[in-house]
Amino acid sequence: MFKFAAEKIEIEPLKKSLEDDRAGAVVCFEGIVRNHNEGKAVVALEYEAYETLGTTEAEKILAEARTNFGILNAVCVHRVGELKVGDMAVFVAVTSAHRHEAYQASRYIIDEIKTRLPIWKKETYASGSSSWVNCQHLNDSAACQSEASHGRK
Amino acid sequence: MEIAVNKGAEKVNVTVTVRYFAILKDQRGAASEQLSTEAASLAELYDSLATTHGFSLKQDQLRVAVNDSFVDWQEELSEGAHIVFIPPVAGG
Repeated sequence: MFKFAAEKIEIEPLKKSLEDDRAGAVVCFEGIVRNHNEGKAVVALEYEAYETLGTTEAEKILAEARTNFGILNAVCVHRVGELKVGDMAVFVAVTSAHRHEAYQASRYIIDEIKTRLPIWKKETYASGSSSWVNCQHLNDSAACQSEASHGRK
Repeated sequence: MEIAVNKGAEKVNVTVTVRYFAILKDQRGAASEQLSTEAASLAELYDSLATTHGFSLKQDQLRVAVNDSFVDWQEELSEGAHIVFIPPVAGG
């Protein structure tokens, strides 16, 4: 199950939805808004998503994780809207019989989500300026190309 | 005497809806627009819009979706298509 959330992510109901007597491992990943990026002090950010295509693509990623790693189940929720430093931006939880495949699947899901989902992040800096991450730099919009080609995550 | 008409070279206008996200939305100053175009492909449509609106991203930095599915840039435009140009993503 994947969904976008406009409000704070509540993780307990998500973990509850994964309860399974066959599961010996639950691996949870929380992505948090940090106070800096590439040397700049970040005070707030905004996520924007193309939700219909994003949801379809995310469900594909979760299905791939189930197939590739033989896990029992996986859920993921990604925030949209305005977030502050310390807020949870993304949550991934994976259940499996043993921990090894749960760790692998969790890593796979978050990595694929970062590169494949149509989600954009606008950072606001302590200086008052803001920029779309991976699309522009404060003083050099052409820098996007080199940054994007490095596959930054 | 018959006049030869090259049908293939005829330009046909189609009406499409383009939805903008993130930096493209900022640069366009709108979240979506309906437009009539004679562009032969999605790539040609982006190039023309980029010139008109001064988009900073090059086509090869973007992906493109039609009717909520990723598609190839060389795809022809169909009447009523919902088109989204997808800037470099930054989720997670």
